[in-house]
Amino acid sequence: MNAIQQIEKPLLSVESLGKTFDLTAPWLNRIIERAQTRHLRAVDGLNIEIPRGKTFSLVGESGCGKSTVAKLVVGLHRPTAGTIRFDGKDLTDLKAANRGMYRRRIQMIFQDPYASLNPRWRVRDIIAEPLRSFGVISNRSEERAQVGRLLELVGLSAQDGEKFPHEFSGGQRQRISIARAISSKPDFLVCDEPTSALDVSVQSQILNLMRDLQDELGLTYLFISHDLAVVDFMSDYVGVMYLGRLVEAGPAEQIFSVPEHPYTKLLMDTVPDITMNRRDRVAVTGEVPNPIDPPTGCSFNPRCPLATDTCRATSPATTQRGGGRVVACHAVTGMHGNNSPIKPEPAQGIA
Amino acid sequence: MSMESYPQSRLSIFLESDLYYRFRTSRITVSAAIVTALILLAALLAPWIAPHTPFDVTTLSLWDSELPPVWVEGGDPRFVLGTDNQGRDVLSAILYGSRISLFVGFVSVAFAMVIGIVIGLISGYFGGAIDAFFMRIADVMLSFPTILVALLVSGIARGALPREMHDSAALVVLVFAITITTWVQYARTVRSSTMVERSREYVYAAQLVGRQPFAILFSHILPNVMGPVLVIATINLAMAILIEATLSFLGVGMPPTNPSLGTLIRVGNEYLFSGVWWVVIFPSLTLVVLVLAVNLLGDWLRDALNPKLR
Amino acid sequence: MTLAYVPQTLLSVRDLSICFDTRYGPLRAVDGITFDLAPGEILGMVGESGAGKSLTGAAITGLLERPGRIDRGEIHFEGQRIDTLGKDEMRRLRGRKIGAIFQDPLTSLNPLMTVGQQLIQTIRTHLPLNRDAARTRAIDLLMEVGIPAPDARVDQYPHEFSGGMRQRVVIALALCANPALVIADEPTTALDVSIQSQILELLRKMCRDHGAAVILVTHDMGVIAETADRVAVMYSGRIVEIGSVEKVFKDPRHPYTAGLMQSIPRIGSNAHRLAQIEGAMPRLTALPDGCAFNLRCPRAMDICYRQKPKSQALGDGQVACHLFQEELA
Repeated sequence: MNAIQQIEKPLLSVESLGKTFDLTAPWLNRIIERAQTRHLRAVDGLNIEIPRGKTFSLVGESGCGKSTVAKLVVGLHRPTAGTIRFDGKDLTDLKAANRGMYRRRIQMIFQDPYASLNPRWRVRDIIAEPLRSFGVISNRSEERAQVGRLLELVGLSAQDGEKFPHEFSGGQRQRISIARAISSKPDFLVCDEPTSALDVSVQSQILNLMRDLQDELGLTYLFISHDLAVVDFMSDYVGVMYLGRLVEAGPAEQIFSVPEHPYTKLLMDTVPDITMNRRDRVAVTGEVPNPIDPPTGCSFNPRCPLATDTCRATSPATTQRGGGRVVACHAVTGMHGNNSPIKPEPAQGIA
Repeated sequence: MSMESYPQSRLSIFLESDLYYRFRTSRITVSAAIVTALILLAALLAPWIAPHTPFDVTTLSLWDSELPPVWVEGGDPRFVLGTDNQGRDVLSAILYGSRISLFVGFVSVAFAMVIGIVIGLISGYFGGAIDAFFMRIADVMLSFPTILVALLVSGIARGALPREMHDSAALVVLVFAITITTWVQYARTVRSSTMVERSREYVYAAQLVGRQPFAILFSHILPNVMGPVLVIATINLAMAILIEATLSFLGVGMPPTNPSLGTLIRVGNEYLFSGVWWVVIFPSLTLVVLVLAVNLLGDWLRDALNPKLR
Repeated sequence: MTLAYVPQTLLSVRDLSICFDTRYGPLRAVDGITFDLAPGEILGMVGESGAGKSLTGAAITGLLERPGRIDRGEIHFEGQRIDTLGKDEMRRLRGRKIGAIFQDPLTSLNPLMTVGQQLIQTIRTHLPLNRDAARTRAIDLLMEVGIPAPDARVDQYPHEFSGGMRQRVVIALALCANPALVIADEPTTALDVSIQSQILELLRKMCRDHGAAVILVTHDMGVIAETADRVAVMYSGRIVEIGSVEKVFKDPRHPYTAGLMQSIPRIGSNAHRLAQIEGAMPRLTALPDGCAFNLRCPRAMDICYRQKPKSQALGDGQVACHLFQEELA
């Protein structure tokens, strides 16, 4: 890790972020069927800081809430708890009208290359839309030139602007998506599983492109993925999520070389070993429970080899572990028998 | 394929598309298109190509009444398809009648389409109470058969308007009746397509760059939901023409002073059994051929736009 | 379990070609693939989407749909030729001798029938058992695939199971008549990573226990590494390399395989850039002359642009690449 203390503020910081979806049946149905109110806690008590120019990844399986976090950060969902701070400014309750300035600086790349481009629009219009909407460029010929430059920046050619999305392969469409996302010169990009839908031989092209762009344009990434190897390549910092909570976070090198939380260890164990060393594996048991009806206490306890009564009763608090790492686990922090809570600290992306 | 010339215009893309390919390789569809085009053209040019003006009373002569078509004994080459009991030329009557039928058909489809699309888009995009409101109205509309609504509206109009205006209001009444009962189909299909498109990522991307909901609805979502709408519109055109013909046949549509094909059929029907068959047969044939041709075009559109059949 | 005499090769595919009849003419999606499968062996077919691996699986099970058709080649199963069989005979063969597992467990199971009903129906179609015996067998199978409380769950509907559980049921369904061959097409792609390893482990164990051979179709090299004995790498409708998983993954010969192995990110590798293969797999309508990989290959020679390489034996596997043909020549 850096020996030099970073005194700069983080670009994005998130405190006690929570999002609960109300899945209760409509009022009339509820009366007639006597149905209970149902809530889905997609994200619960998330604390993260992302320094400028770095990549912070969120990993986890389905139902862990990472996609919801992506949408919260970008403003597609409103948080039901906590705050989101971007470059020092609190964005949480900002009205849509005032968001404009920050919208330009936070953009998103999506998972599905087939659904993220409007099939009826030409590529040049798709890429120019942010330019037009933010009023960045006023005249047509300058816009064309800029679109051409962006296409070349992502590895396509300027004439590709005249084509329609269906003429491109998955990897090329993702490049177009990236060109659109960076066209308004944002500082911060949220990348929601950008390579999960791509073939392996194309994945490396896109990942390399994203790294290159980060270096060239000084971008900061929030990178969402379920693929640990991809995350290891892309990230400076990693956060592991399970059923809406952050269970472990810290510098990527540390987390991957010495995982502490039992779930992190489980995830590492399930990564297929291409080098075929065929090491002995701990048997993986159970499945991710239904997020609407999570287990009591620590939500991982049904699958955890270290679970005790404390784990089934109370949810573990997030504790600092040194070197910038945080973990939320009774066993790891030796809180098995002790019920006094520790004040939660944000997962620092700073040494 | 089409990798060479850029930029490719939307026209050339259409010409190379599957849609057009299926059109030009299907003899039935091409024939249907030609027939429809011919009837359309004839109807449009009626004032110039019709040999007579059957509804200008001053040109009529009772001496010319009930003449058979030219190829039957007793026929007159001035009246190719014969005349009715007032001396009106059947061919000219058909040309002018098709004008009315097609006019009512196109206009009511156009209005219904616009209303249906707008309501469908808004319902599907915003959901919640707005959606519930519109869909309940739609459910109510669907429970009324068009004929009944037309009779009802026509009755109200006759009661409300002075006698002289009955005939001239007939057109408006027809268009109104057909429009308010058929907009629901468009609304429903556009609503469900909109609900699908709304959660696609390109809509999120547009929201993220700050585009307003109506801009997103009309520039992003609308082009992607138009496909099924065109199919419905084509089939509805045939249906609208038929409904209009039915209403006119029942006597609540176009009056004999400005008849559509349906009115002609009604008028001809009254003295069919006196042996004057040509007054009812030719308009009926025209109607059947027109409706069939439009339906076949609708079939082509539906099959060609159905992604599962490719 | 006593085994009847089985020939050395369970499945033998020779020069199989699959064509699609389109308005642009016939498009060759699979171009002359040849491979053998021994009883009880797990063969992985790996390749990008569009490489032709799912089509091959479909052709073997007789589920190839129009406008696709087998253009040339032969498929022999247990010594009998099956690509020319009639629909009814093929249907009897499927299920009894050849089982199938598809990607989406949600659509593989009939939502209107209980899990038990589907199992019993399949069991009784292929085995001479009465209802009670079939039900017992169904419950035993559910237990084998790791469904807890099988005697209760056998009467539940598919939607009452989670994704991973459903895929276990699908595996039970595929193996209930004791087939000799199972075709698994992307069985774990729709599942979470932690479930994936469980399902693959289960598949390995079940096939070993029931003596079934497996063709595992996937685009995920990691899945192959964990599960398969041998692997066939497909590119643009051809098998470019085939051999034991160890040899092919540790010492890939074909430049495509080598490129793939190098471009896969590895935890702890600390690379600043991933090795990448330029370009993309060519579309069926725009296949180049010569070797389909020529535009992307870092080692392409003149002949690669003119002539398609033939598959040559190399070690205990095969490679289709001019680099190796030169050596042998």
